[in-house]
Amino acid sequence: MEPIRKHEGLVFPLNRANVDTDQIIPKQFLKRISRQGFGQFVFYNWRFDSKGELREDFSLNQPKYEGTSILVAGENFGCGSSREHAPWALQDYGFRVIIAPSYADIFYNNCTKNGILPVKLTEEQVQTLIKNAEADQYNLTVDLEEKKVYDNQGFEASFDLDAYKREMLLNGWDEIAVTLTHEDKITQFEKARG
Amino acid sequence: MRKPKTIVEKIWEKHMVHQEAGKPDLLYIDLHLVHEVTSPQAFEGLRMNNRKVRQPDRTFATMDHNVPTIHRNVIKDEVSKTQMETLKANCDEFGVPLADIHHPDQGIVHVIGPELGLTQPGKTIVCGDSHTSTHGAFGALAFGIGTSEVEHVLATQTIWQQKPKTLNVKVNGKLGTGVTAKDLILAIIGKYGVRFGTGYVLEYTGEAIRDLSMEGRMTVCNMSIEAGARAGLISPDDTTVEFLRGKRHVPDGEAFDKLAEEWKDLATDEGAVYDEQVEIDANEIEPQVTWGTNPGMCIPVSANVPTPEDVQTDNDKDELKRALEYMGLEGGEPISSVAIEHVFIGSCTNSRLADLRKASEIIKGQKVNPSVTAIVVPGSHSVKTQAEKEGIDILFKEAGFEWRDAGCSMCLAMNDDVVPEGERCASTSNRNFEGRQGTGARTHLVSPEMAAAAAIKGHFVDVRHLGVATPS
Repeated sequence: MEPIRKHEGLVFPLNRANVDTDQIIPKQFLKRISRQGFGQFVFYNWRFDSKGELREDFSLNQPKYEGTSILVAGENFGCGSSREHAPWALQDYGFRVIIAPSYADIFYNNCTKNGILPVKLTEEQVQTLIKNAEADQYNLTVDLEEKKVYDNQGFEASFDLDAYKREMLLNGWDEIAVTLTHEDKITQFEKARG
Repeated sequence: MRKPKTIVEKIWEKHMVHQEAGKPDLLYIDLHLVHEVTSPQAFEGLRMNNRKVRQPDRTFATMDHNVPTIHRNVIKDEVSKTQMETLKANCDEFGVPLADIHHPDQGIVHVIGPELGLTQPGKTIVCGDSHTSTHGAFGALAFGIGTSEVEHVLATQTIWQQKPKTLNVKVNGKLGTGVTAKDLILAIIGKYGVRFGTGYVLEYTGEAIRDLSMEGRMTVCNMSIEAGARAGLISPDDTTVEFLRGKRHVPDGEAFDKLAEEWKDLATDEGAVYDEQVEIDANEIEPQVTWGTNPGMCIPVSANVPTPEDVQTDNDKDELKRALEYMGLEGGEPISSVAIEHVFIGSCTNSRLADLRKASEIIKGQKVNPSVTAIVVPGSHSVKTQAEKEGIDILFKEAGFEWRDAGCSMCLAMNDDVVPEGERCASTSNRNFEGRQGTGARTHLVSPEMAAAAAIKGHFVDVRHLGVATPS
């Protein structure tokens, strides 16, 4: 996967809690057998009406968010289905960083396996970012090495990410290759159990 | 005396392959279940890197998510067909056992694992599917994973995992007549919300849990993920052992008895410490109906749909208003007054023989309301065959239900079993998310008995007041 160290980008605010992966990518788009091309379907039922026309009431469709790469959302982002098509779709659409107060476990893991950085900030910090990005075009810098998020107007926040996931993301490692360095231990384990 | 341990600690220790500071633990996986939707990219990854499936015999695949439930021999949807053919080709290439669409073992992956005895106490089980938590009913540590992790497990038979915290969900007392395992888990999620389990493994304990059949325990553990927990489990006991006796993938005779003793030893020790605990009283639980767009938006059948005044913060009010609008509800109306157009009895939550038996008791000799389209989708080919032997299919068909072939079907509507836009479905499945059963479709989650009763009446009704015998 592509490493991520420091990213600056335009923020898209999604002020909703419990956004489930069925919303991030609806099931009718899960039938493809490749990892590519899911971006066009991201938030499909919110972005398009039943005739396939863009819905103006969904803010991602507004020109001011064109080119966004940082998604800021409410609690429990990515709950529900384990479908990795959700991070694939977000990434293919252009998102490299997600910021939320909390995530569903499987979605969180899936992000880190695909070079998407899931940042946890407090509810209060997230609400500040959402207000800024709703008001105007708003850019943030996310620095994974320093574990900091900041803008050029004085907002700065630190975040935590476990050391292992951080290392994987910073280096873009193939996790299977890392695991196979312990292959002797796996074999030993299998032998011991018979 | 040894330190008392939870079942999670015991399973964890037995599966530890490698541990080092600053890293998650590397855990061995005993059973990897695979289906057609979340595996193609994983097999492709193996091919690209010239890797093999490390333990094909610990891997088992089936087709369930997008299989048609009628006219199985002609699959009209070309993309679905490609996905199924891809699974077949991948299983052939990598030597993975497969129950394909025409195989007698085919069914929803979380129904057939237990049915075949692949699911056993103490195992670590993963699948590219969030409802893998179902297998926890047997005292297995079972959780859903993404496709990258599917590839990782195929290649290494291991997974990196941070040791989870444990949360004891203690259910005291007894469930009333007509109140089911589904009502219990909905009531738990309704009370504590859709994220109270995040970061935890839930262990369900207490009298009401011990009293549940294995089917009921699977229903409860299945929906652990809807509470945010990747895994939920129940310590093995005699009920677990008796369910597994005679299953294809367990030994028989003395070997089984020996294994059964080992299984029961896995149960959480008296005095073991959990990170958290909640306690609820089973006696107080009524049949439940969800009114909104996540499983926590849930009320007793006797209650009224909530209104924005019932919640505090602006964000909560917004969420509630959006849910009411999507669901086409005013707020404040009795949930029992809400008319439905569809009934779906099926899914990995409620499609087992016991579920179908109980629902059939409700509809026996009655007719589906003329305004309702009702389907029954057995969880596996084996469930279907057994139900037909018992004449359960006849009861459903005579009442006006459609009797289908096994698959995930209308739970996520990846195949043709879709609820049309704006229409309302009483569903025994696990998610009432927007668009889950079809774009613009409105889902109300209920037990099989409540779904059957709604099919007859055309609206929600307390199954306990139907005047029909309701087996507990």
